[in-house]
Amino acid sequence: MTLTAEPAHDLPTSDVDPFCPEVLEDPLPFHAALRAAGPVVHLRRYDVYAFARYEQVHAALVDWQGFQSAAGVGLSNFRHEKPWRPPSLLLEADPPRHDAPRRVLQKILGPRALRKLRDAWAADADRLVDEVLAAQGPEFDAVAHLTEAFPLRVFPDAVGLGREGRENLLPYGDHAFNAFGPANALVEKGAPRVAELSAWTAAQCAREALAPEGFGADIWAASDRGDITPEQAPLVVRSLLTAGVDTTVHGLSAVLHAVATHPEQWRRLREDPGLARVAFDEAVRLESPVQTFFRTATRDVAIGGHVIPDGHKILMFLGAANRDPARWGPDADAFDLGRDPSGHVGFGMGIHQCVGQHVARLEAEALITALARRVATIELAGAPRRHLNNTLRAWETLPLRLRPA
Amino acid sequence: MITADRPSLAPEPPGTSTAAAATVRVAAKRVEAEGVVSLELVAPDGARLPDWTPGAHVDLVLPDGTTRQYSLCGDRWDADRYRIGVLREPAGRGGSAYVHDHLAVGDRVGLGGPRNNFPLVPAQRYLFVGGGIGITPLLPMIRQAALLGVDWALLYGGRTRASMAFVDELAEHGERVRVVPQDEHGLLDLRGFLGDPDPGTRVYACGPAPMLAALAEATAAWPAHTVRTERFVARELGAPARDTPFEVELARTGRTVTVPPGRSMLAAITEAGVEVLSSCRQGTCGTCETGLLAGEPDHRDSILDDDERAAGDCLFPCVSQARSDRLVLDL
Repeated sequence: MTLTAEPAHDLPTSDVDPFCPEVLEDPLPFHAALRAAGPVVHLRRYDVYAFARYEQVHAALVDWQGFQSAAGVGLSNFRHEKPWRPPSLLLEADPPRHDAPRRVLQKILGPRALRKLRDAWAADADRLVDEVLAAQGPEFDAVAHLTEAFPLRVFPDAVGLGREGRENLLPYGDHAFNAFGPANALVEKGAPRVAELSAWTAAQCAREALAPEGFGADIWAASDRGDITPEQAPLVVRSLLTAGVDTTVHGLSAVLHAVATHPEQWRRLREDPGLARVAFDEAVRLESPVQTFFRTATRDVAIGGHVIPDGHKILMFLGAANRDPARWGPDADAFDLGRDPSGHVGFGMGIHQCVGQHVARLEAEALITALARRVATIELAGAPRRHLNNTLRAWETLPLRLRPA
Repeated sequence: MITADRPSLAPEPPGTSTAAAATVRVAAKRVEAEGVVSLELVAPDGARLPDWTPGAHVDLVLPDGTTRQYSLCGDRWDADRYRIGVLREPAGRGGSAYVHDHLAVGDRVGLGGPRNNFPLVPAQRYLFVGGGIGITPLLPMIRQAALLGVDWALLYGGRTRASMAFVDELAEHGERVRVVPQDEHGLLDLRGFLGDPDPGTRVYACGPAPMLAALAEATAAWPAHTVRTERFVARELGAPARDTPFEVELARTGRTVTVPPGRSMLAAITEAGVEVLSSCRQGTCGTCETGLLAGEPDHRDSILDDDERAAGDCLFPCVSQARSDRLVLDL
């Protein structure tokens, strides 16, 4: 193809700010408009190219050769701008530098390595649900008491974090995900604590700060074997702490909101608790806790009949791709345990696909199964409130009423 | 300019699943040296091939059902093709002879992996030692070291200069590459090449057993984990890969499904109405891991190492097949 064959005016454009409070509160209409506008839409406010259809989002996710991550997976272009923190060795790296850290962490967080945690996490989820029902009664905020509480019980222990300061994990992650967007009010809101939270997080990544057993110790053991360098080890631990908590919390909130608003699906789940994993992935598809990531074109890339110039940012709307009727059918917006959600891009796809996805699924399976055994019905006990983040789709509160079985 | 408008191995919409077990087409075949040919392999539909890293190998499943492992020695920035180098092994079991004498451009072969038991780890300096066809996994490592600007050198031995493949493409690296045919220069001077033990250096070696034994002796005083080697040992496989249907018994569901040749086990199972969550459908992400209760699988994934395959307690139905007539899965 040639450049002249595609007049520039053919490229659909939008002046909407994807990171404004109105869109973050309810992105679905904007997503639908982007998908309808075309395979590529130029977002004039930030001079970036948006992909919202499944086909283009999937293609961009897997094509690490054409769409790089090392120039940052947020709006900021590391070719021209200094990152707010040392770049991630996983998320913000390309092959070949990406290879060794990814390989190490993928093994440590792989399904086979997680098997030994399965029984303990299931038992812990049972205990948590019993405790919450006993202490709170049938009505409570599920974010505070379940979806934040459970990951914060099991994940820091699995990493081997110390007891002190674990409450910093959520605000640190929240800010890191805000920082992928523009420097708007959400980023400003987090700014006063950045230095303090970054220092705490960095301190937890040192070998001495970590328990002798756990994901953290496993990462340092890989450094002892020379599979990664001692300089890389703390940054790989940091990736766990940044990306491993908020995302899972919001994924768990998503599945609880979905079953609370779809009582027939909860009945189905209770009849067949083996659907717990499907329920979680279907909720991740529908809600897409991680809504967006950027890439940077490594050369002039033709896609959908348009050319993305070398060095320009593209913005992939994972949430829009996960509801694209062209991929998911006319009922793409429905939460349906009869659907096979396989292939959704809520965890990404390709070499950067969420390395912690099996951890998230194991946490979700434990919590959902524990609830399914004890709870006959789940319903909203009040209007839930959104938590706004430039990248994450989240609930601030999720008031639920549970009727024990 | 490149174009991203091409098929990728995207999962199909539900209900239209026709995923096939991985197959590649021979796009080119070249003589690289005496007794060595290279093959270029592409996906039959022009899709991207699964990603790989230097040191990785693929399992080639030949039409007679034999499986052979070959290192990938092409360019990973070209997502559409693999390159492998194949030495004719007179003492071999026929796999390499088939590739040399019968496999032609346009033919299709089964593909497993890629898997990497020989990954390149970060280092301040690399010393590469290749013997004969053992040069193949080192080629992408060398490219990578050059790309990173890391100091490196290669010692490449072979029986005769004419038997040594890829010497031409190594020539661009000048004095970093020492080509040492045995009939001209005798055995490799490993100690001279390696020098004194150095904790910042990683030694990567691949070649015949006597060369690796000499290397082990020469590096006995080197710190642990600084020397990494790979040797090709033909794994003793049981039954050959099949070209006939096999049955999959789903123990918990109490159902049995038949998987015809060329069809993915995952597709057959999910079409029978049994839910198996998957994601990449390339045998790389691990989402569809399924317990194996009985039967002999034909593993095609990129995840399990040799020990894990030997344990025989799980498989990845998105790409893997069967060697036995029947598999029993924990589904």
